[in-house]
Amino acid sequence: MTTPNTSQVDPNLKSEMQKKGIFVTTINDLYNWGRRSSVWPLQFGLACCAIEMIATACARYDIDRFGAGLFRPSPRQADLMIVAGTVTKKMAPQVVRLYNQMPEPKYCITMGACSISGGPFKNGYNVLKGIDRYIPVDVHLPGCPPRPEALLHGLIKLQEKIDGQVIEKTEWYQKGLKREFPVPEFGPNGLIPPYNPDVFTPGQSRLITTG
Amino acid sequence: MKSLEELKQNLESKMPGVTSVLEEGCLVISKNDWLEVAKFLKSSPLYSFDYLSSVTGVDYPDRLEAVYHLYSIEKKIGPLTVKVRTDRQKGEIPSVTPVWRSAEFQEREAFDLLGIHFTGHPDLRRILMWEGFAFHPLRKDYVAEND
Repeated sequence: MTTPNTSQVDPNLKSEMQKKGIFVTTINDLYNWGRRSSVWPLQFGLACCAIEMIATACARYDIDRFGAGLFRPSPRQADLMIVAGTVTKKMAPQVVRLYNQMPEPKYCITMGACSISGGPFKNGYNVLKGIDRYIPVDVHLPGCPPRPEALLHGLIKLQEKIDGQVIEKTEWYQKGLKREFPVPEFGPNGLIPPYNPDVFTPGQSRLITTG
Repeated sequence: MKSLEELKQNLESKMPGVTSVLEEGCLVISKNDWLEVAKFLKSSPLYSFDYLSSVTGVDYPDRLEAVYHLYSIEKKIGPLTVKVRTDRQKGEIPSVTPVWRSAEFQEREAFDLLGIHFTGHPDLRRILMWEGFAFHPLRKDYVAEND
Protein backbone atom coordinates (compact mmCIF):
# COMPACT_ATOMS: atom_id res chain seq x y z
CA MET A 1 0.00 0.00 0.00
CA THR A 2 2.62 2.50 1.01
CA THR A 3 5.40 3.30 -1.35
CA PRO A 4 8.77 4.51 -0.09
CA ASN A 5 9.48 8.16 -0.24
CA THR A 6 10.86 8.75 -3.72
CA SER A 7 12.91 11.79 -2.90
CA GLN A 8 15.40 12.73 -5.61
CA VAL A 9 17.78 14.35 -3.16
CA ASP A 10 20.61 12.24 -1.77
CA PRO A 11 19.87 11.94 1.98
CA ASN A 12 23.56 12.17 2.89
CA LEU A 13 23.99 15.37 0.93
CA LYS A 14 20.83 16.70 2.47
CA SER A 15 22.03 16.14 6.05
CA GLU A 16 25.50 17.51 5.26
CA MET A 17 24.00 20.67 3.84
CA GLN A 18 21.62 20.98 6.75
CA LYS A 19 24.55 21.00 9.17
CA LYS A 20 25.83 24.06 7.36
CA GLY A 21 22.47 25.74 7.58
CA ILE A 22 21.34 25.10 4.01
CA PHE A 23 18.03 23.42 3.44
CA VAL A 24 17.79 21.37 0.28
CA THR A 25 14.53 20.04 -1.03
CA THR A 26 12.64 19.39 -4.23
CA ILE A 27 9.42 20.93 -5.40
CA ASN A 28 7.88 17.49 -5.16
CA ASP A 29 8.89 17.04 -1.52
CA LEU A 30 7.77 20.51 -0.58
CA TYR A 31 4.48 20.10 -2.38
CA ASN A 32 3.78 16.74 -0.78
CA TRP A 33 4.80 18.06 2.62
CA GLY A 34 2.17 20.72 2.25
CA ARG A 35 -0.46 18.30 1.03
CA ARG A 36 0.08 15.69 3.70
CA SER A 37 0.17 18.28 6.45
CA SER A 38 -3.25 19.67 5.60
CA VAL A 39 -5.48 16.75 4.83
CA TRP A 40 -8.94 18.08 5.45
CA PRO A 41 -11.44 15.34 6.14
CA LEU A 42 -15.09 15.42 5.23
CA GLN A 43 -17.26 15.81 8.29
CA PHE A 44 -19.25 12.70 7.77
CA GLY A 45 -20.13 9.86 10.13
CA LEU A 46 -22.51 6.96 9.67
CA ALA A 47 -22.49 4.89 12.85
CA CYS A 48 -20.56 4.14 16.02
CA CYS A 49 -17.16 4.55 14.30
CA ALA A 50 -18.07 8.22 13.96
CA ILE A 51 -17.97 8.48 17.75
CA GLU A 52 -14.37 7.26 17.70
CA MET A 53 -13.65 9.69 14.87
CA ILE A 54 -15.04 12.50 17.01
CA ALA A 55 -12.89 11.31 19.92
CA THR A 56 -9.87 11.40 17.61
CA ALA A 57 -10.66 15.00 16.78
CA CYS A 58 -10.98 15.99 20.44
CA ALA A 59 -8.25 17.12 22.78
CA ARG A 60 -6.96 13.80 24.09
CA TYR A 61 -6.01 12.34 20.69
CA ASP A 62 -6.09 15.55 18.69
CA ILE A 63 -5.95 14.68 15.01
CA ASP A 64 -5.06 18.33 14.41
CA ARG A 65 -1.47 17.49 15.37
CA PHE A 66 -1.27 15.79 11.98
CA GLY A 67 -2.94 18.63 10.12
CA ALA A 68 -6.18 16.76 9.59
CA GLY A 69 -8.29 18.47 12.20
CA LEU A 70 -10.30 20.78 9.99
CA PHE A 71 -13.41 18.76 9.30
CA ARG A 72 -15.19 20.33 6.38
CA PRO A 73 -18.97 20.31 6.11
CA SER A 74 -18.84 20.38 2.31
CA PRO A 75 -17.28 17.79 0.00
CA ARG A 76 -16.02 20.62 -2.24
CA GLN A 77 -13.53 21.62 0.45
CA ALA A 78 -12.45 18.16 1.59
CA ASP A 79 -9.46 16.03 0.66
CA LEU A 80 -10.22 12.92 2.62
CA MET A 81 -13.36 10.93 3.14
CA ILE A 82 -13.36 8.86 6.32
CA VAL A 83 -16.19 6.37 5.82
CA ALA A 84 -16.85 5.93 9.52
CA GLY A 85 -19.56 3.36 10.05
CA THR A 86 -22.01 0.94 8.51
CA VAL A 87 -22.90 1.83 4.94
CA THR A 88 -26.45 0.66 4.35
CA LYS A 89 -27.60 -0.02 0.83
CA LYS A 90 -29.92 2.94 1.15
CA MET A 91 -26.99 5.21 2.07
CA ALA A 92 -24.44 3.90 -0.45
CA PRO A 93 -25.52 6.10 -3.42
CA GLN A 94 -25.14 9.20 -1.27
CA VAL A 95 -21.66 8.13 -0.14
CA VAL A 96 -20.55 7.61 -3.74
CA ARG A 97 -22.09 10.93 -4.73
CA LEU A 98 -20.24 12.73 -1.95
CA TYR A 99 -16.98 11.15 -3.07
CA ASN A 100 -17.67 12.24 -6.65
CA GLN A 101 -18.19 15.80 -5.47
CA MET A 102 -14.79 16.02 -3.78
CA PRO A 103 -12.10 17.76 -5.81
CA GLU A 104 -8.96 15.92 -6.88
CA PRO A 105 -6.68 14.83 -5.32
CA LYS A 106 -8.96 12.92 -2.97
CA TYR A 107 -8.43 10.03 -0.63
CA CYS A 108 -10.58 7.58 1.24
CA ILE A 109 -10.16 5.74 4.52
CA THR A 110 -12.68 3.04 5.34
CA MET A 111 -12.93 3.03 9.09
CA GLY A 112 -14.14 -0.12 10.82
CA ALA A 113 -15.25 -3.59 9.84
CA CYS A 114 -18.62 -2.48 8.47
CA SER A 115 -17.37 -0.12 5.83
CA ILE A 116 -14.60 -2.57 4.82
CA SER A 117 -16.78 -5.63 4.32
CA GLY A 118 -20.15 -5.19 5.97
CA GLY A 119 -18.71 -6.51 9.23
CA PRO A 120 -21.20 -8.24 11.52
CA PHE A 121 -24.01 -7.22 9.17
CA LYS A 122 -22.43 -8.79 6.08
CA ASN A 123 -25.13 -11.45 5.70
CA GLY A 124 -27.97 -9.02 6.22
CA TYR A 125 -30.29 -7.76 3.52
CA ASN A 126 -29.65 -4.08 4.06
CA VAL A 127 -25.90 -3.48 4.46
CA LEU A 128 -23.42 -2.86 1.69
CA LYS A 129 -20.61 -5.42 1.79
CA GLY A 130 -17.81 -2.89 1.70
CA ILE A 131 -17.64 0.62 0.28
CA ASP A 132 -14.64 -0.47 -1.84
CA ARG A 133 -17.21 -1.99 -4.20
CA TYR A 134 -17.95 1.48 -5.54
CA ILE A 135 -15.05 3.80 -4.76
CA PRO A 136 -11.28 3.29 -4.55
CA VAL A 137 -10.04 3.05 -0.99
CA ASP A 138 -6.56 4.11 0.11
CA VAL A 139 -6.47 2.82 3.67
CA HIS A 140 -8.55 -0.01 5.12
CA LEU A 141 -8.73 0.45 8.87
CA PRO A 142 -10.00 -2.66 10.70
CA GLY A 143 -11.59 -2.62 14.14
CA CYS A 144 -15.06 -2.58 15.62
CA PRO A 145 -14.75 0.30 16.09
CA PRO A 146 -11.04 1.13 15.70
CA ARG A 147 -9.55 3.04 18.58
CA PRO A 148 -8.54 6.68 18.00
CA GLU A 149 -4.90 5.59 17.91
CA ALA A 150 -5.80 3.29 15.03
CA LEU A 151 -7.37 6.14 13.10
CA LEU A 152 -4.25 8.23 13.68
CA HIS A 153 -2.20 5.27 12.43
CA GLY A 154 -4.39 5.09 9.34
CA LEU A 155 -3.91 8.78 8.76
CA ILE A 156 -0.13 8.45 9.09
CA LYS A 157 -0.22 5.60 6.56
CA LEU A 158 -2.17 7.85 4.21
CA GLN A 159 0.41 10.60 4.73
CA GLU A 160 3.14 8.13 3.79
CA LYS A 161 1.22 7.34 0.62
CA ILE A 162 0.88 11.05 -0.20
CA ASP A 163 4.61 11.50 0.42
CA GLY A 164 5.36 8.77 -2.10
CA GLN A 165 3.37 10.35 -4.91
CA VAL A 166 5.22 12.15 -7.69
CA ILE A 167 3.35 15.23 -8.84
CA GLU A 168 4.38 14.94 -12.51
CA LYS A 169 2.99 11.44 -12.69
CA THR A 170 -0.11 11.71 -10.56
CA GLU A 171 -3.26 10.96 -12.46
CA TRP A 172 -5.17 14.06 -11.37
CA TYR A 173 -2.76 16.32 -13.28
CA GLN A 174 -3.00 14.31 -16.48
CA LYS A 175 -4.98 15.85 -19.29
CA GLY A 176 -8.57 14.90 -19.66
CA LEU A 177 -8.86 13.06 -16.39
CA LYS A 178 -12.43 12.81 -15.28
CA ARG A 179 -12.81 10.46 -12.38
CA GLU A 180 -16.50 9.95 -11.86
CA PHE A 181 -17.65 6.82 -10.11
CA PRO A 182 -21.08 5.62 -11.19
CA VAL A 183 -23.67 6.03 -8.48
CA PRO A 184 -25.48 2.74 -7.83
CA GLU A 185 -29.23 2.63 -8.17
CA PHE A 186 -31.89 0.92 -6.12
CA GLY A 187 -32.95 -2.36 -7.67
CA PRO A 188 -35.64 -4.87 -6.76
CA ASN A 189 -33.32 -6.83 -4.44
CA GLY A 190 -30.26 -4.71 -3.75
CA LEU A 191 -28.16 -2.18 -5.57
CA ILE A 192 -27.58 -2.12 -9.31
CA PRO A 193 -24.82 -2.79 -10.19
CA PRO A 194 -23.69 -4.84 -7.15
CA TYR A 195 -20.17 -3.44 -7.60
CA ASN A 196 -18.17 -1.21 -9.89
CA PRO A 197 -15.91 -3.52 -11.95
CA ASP A 198 -13.38 -0.71 -12.41
CA VAL A 199 -12.50 -0.62 -8.73
CA PHE A 200 -13.56 -3.99 -7.38
CA THR A 201 -13.06 -7.61 -8.41
CA PRO A 202 -15.19 -10.10 -6.49
CA GLY A 203 -13.47 -13.06 -4.90
CA GLN A 204 -10.06 -11.49 -5.24
CA SER A 205 -7.95 -11.71 -2.13
CA ARG A 206 -6.40 -8.37 -1.51
CA LEU A 207 -2.94 -8.05 -0.04
CA ILE A 208 -3.02 -6.46 3.37
CA THR A 209 0.20 -4.76 4.33
CA THR A 210 0.92 -4.12 7.94
CA GLY A 211 3.52 -2.11 9.74
CA MET B 1 -54.91 -4.86 36.56
CA LYS B 2 -57.93 -7.08 36.53
CA SER B 3 -57.27 -10.55 35.29
CA LEU B 4 -57.12 -11.25 31.62
CA GLU B 5 -59.92 -13.75 32.00
CA GLU B 6 -62.16 -11.00 33.35
CA LEU B 7 -61.25 -8.69 30.51
CA LYS B 8 -62.08 -11.38 27.99
CA GLN B 9 -65.49 -12.04 29.56
CA ASN B 10 -66.23 -8.36 29.80
CA LEU B 11 -65.26 -7.90 26.16
CA GLU B 12 -67.47 -10.75 25.01
CA SER B 13 -70.45 -9.59 27.02
CA LYS B 14 -70.15 -5.97 25.84
CA MET B 15 -69.57 -6.93 22.24
CA PRO B 16 -71.70 -9.91 21.28
CA GLY B 17 -70.32 -11.89 18.37
CA VAL B 18 -66.73 -11.19 19.23
CA THR B 19 -64.80 -14.25 20.22
CA SER B 20 -61.34 -14.06 21.64
CA VAL B 21 -58.91 -16.73 22.76
CA LEU B 22 -56.52 -16.55 25.66
CA GLU B 23 -53.14 -17.90 24.80
CA GLU B 24 -50.01 -17.69 26.95
CA GLY B 25 -51.16 -14.48 28.57
CA CYS B 26 -52.15 -12.89 25.27
CA LEU B 27 -55.50 -12.03 23.84
CA VAL B 28 -55.93 -13.46 20.36
CA ILE B 29 -58.58 -11.64 18.38
CA SER B 30 -59.97 -12.35 14.95
CA LYS B 31 -58.87 -9.79 12.39
CA ASN B 32 -62.49 -9.04 11.41
CA ASP B 33 -63.29 -7.91 14.96
CA TRP B 34 -60.02 -6.19 15.71
CA LEU B 35 -60.87 -2.60 14.83
CA GLU B 36 -64.09 -2.66 16.87
CA VAL B 37 -62.30 -4.30 19.78
CA ALA B 38 -59.55 -1.69 19.61
CA LYS B 39 -62.09 1.11 19.78
CA PHE B 40 -63.74 -0.59 22.73
CA LEU B 41 -60.46 -1.09 24.59
CA LYS B 42 -59.56 2.55 24.17
CA SER B 43 -62.96 4.05 25.02
CA SER B 44 -64.11 1.66 27.74
CA PRO B 45 -64.03 3.56 31.05
CA LEU B 46 -63.09 0.33 32.79
CA TYR B 47 -59.82 -0.10 30.91
CA SER B 48 -59.18 2.98 28.78
CA PHE B 49 -56.10 1.65 27.03
CA ASP B 50 -54.92 5.05 25.82
CA TYR B 51 -51.35 4.14 24.96
CA LEU B 52 -50.21 1.72 22.26
CA SER B 53 -46.53 1.14 22.92
CA SER B 54 -45.63 -1.27 20.16
CA VAL B 55 -46.86 -2.91 17.01
CA THR B 56 -44.75 -5.67 15.64
CA GLY B 57 -45.08 -8.52 13.21
CA VAL B 58 -44.17 -12.18 13.37
CA ASP B 59 -43.79 -14.61 10.49
CA TYR B 60 -44.90 -18.18 11.17
CA PRO B 61 -44.88 -21.04 8.65
CA ASP B 62 -48.66 -20.92 8.30
CA ARG B 63 -49.60 -17.38 9.23
CA LEU B 64 -48.59 -13.80 9.83
CA GLU B 65 -49.24 -12.25 13.17
CA ALA B 66 -49.34 -8.69 14.45
CA VAL B 67 -48.62 -8.20 18.14
CA TYR B 68 -49.83 -5.09 19.98
CA HIS B 69 -48.86 -3.95 23.46
CA LEU B 70 -51.37 -1.71 25.16
CA TYR B 71 -51.10 0.30 28.34
CA SER B 72 -53.41 2.60 30.18
CA ILE B 73 -51.66 5.64 31.50
CA GLU B 74 -54.87 6.77 33.18
CA LYS B 75 -55.63 3.50 35.00
CA LYS B 76 -51.97 2.56 35.39
CA ILE B 77 -52.56 -0.88 33.91
CA GLY B 78 -50.73 -2.82 31.27
CA PRO B 79 -49.28 -4.24 29.28
CA LEU B 80 -52.07 -6.02 27.51
CA THR B 81 -50.75 -8.13 24.66
CA VAL B 82 -53.09 -8.55 21.72
CA LYS B 83 -52.35 -10.82 18.81
CA VAL B 84 -54.12 -10.66 15.48
CA ARG B 85 -53.54 -13.35 12.90
CA THR B 86 -53.83 -13.37 9.16
CA ASP B 87 -52.80 -15.56 6.26
CA ARG B 88 -49.37 -15.37 4.63
CA GLN B 89 -50.58 -14.73 1.07
CA LYS B 90 -52.74 -11.66 1.29
CA GLY B 91 -51.93 -10.75 4.87
CA GLU B 92 -54.61 -8.16 5.61
CA ILE B 93 -55.24 -6.76 9.08
CA PRO B 94 -57.33 -3.65 9.79
CA SER B 95 -55.19 -0.69 10.75
CA VAL B 96 -55.57 0.79 14.22
CA THR B 97 -53.93 4.08 13.24
CA PRO B 98 -57.33 5.85 13.44
CA VAL B 99 -57.56 4.66 17.05
CA TRP B 100 -53.97 5.11 18.24
CA ARG B 101 -51.90 7.52 16.15
CA SER B 102 -48.69 5.87 17.41
CA ALA B 103 -49.47 2.82 15.29
CA GLU B 104 -48.77 4.65 12.04
CA PHE B 105 -45.02 4.21 11.68
CA GLN B 106 -44.89 0.81 13.34
CA GLU B 107 -47.56 -0.53 11.02
CA ARG B 108 -45.54 0.82 8.13
CA GLU B 109 -42.51 -1.03 9.44
CA ALA B 110 -44.43 -4.31 9.78
CA PHE B 111 -45.72 -3.79 6.26
CA ASP B 112 -42.27 -3.05 4.91
CA LEU B 113 -40.42 -5.93 6.52
CA LEU B 114 -43.10 -8.62 6.74
CA GLY B 115 -45.72 -7.65 4.18
CA ILE B 116 -48.72 -7.30 6.49
CA HIS B 117 -51.21 -5.06 4.69
CA PHE B 118 -52.94 -2.82 7.19
CA THR B 119 -56.23 -1.88 5.55
CA GLY B 120 -57.37 1.62 6.34
CA HIS B 121 -53.87 2.89 7.06
CA PRO B 122 -53.64 6.53 5.91
CA ASP B 123 -50.18 6.25 4.34
CA LEU B 124 -49.02 2.67 3.91
CA ARG B 125 -45.61 3.07 2.28
CA ARG B 126 -42.28 1.39 2.88
CA ILE B 127 -40.44 3.00 5.74
CA LEU B 128 -36.98 1.37 5.82
CA MET B 129 -36.40 -0.18 2.42
CA TRP B 130 -36.63 1.92 -0.72
CA GLU B 131 -39.63 2.15 -3.02
CA GLY B 132 -39.22 -0.49 -5.68
CA PHE B 133 -37.77 -3.10 -3.38
CA ALA B 134 -39.69 -6.19 -4.36
CA PHE B 135 -39.60 -8.31 -1.22
CA HIS B 136 -40.32 -8.29 2.48
CA PRO B 137 -36.90 -9.07 3.93
CA LEU B 138 -37.85 -10.37 7.39
CA ARG B 139 -40.00 -13.15 5.96
CA LYS B 140 -38.38 -16.52 6.48
CA ASP B 141 -38.54 -17.38 2.79
CA TYR B 142 -36.76 -14.19 1.69
CA VAL B 143 -33.49 -14.86 -0.09
CA ALA B 144 -30.94 -12.04 0.02
CA GLU B 145 -29.02 -11.19 -3.12
CA ASN B 146 -25.89 -13.27 -3.47
CA ASP B 147 -22.83 -11.20 -4.21
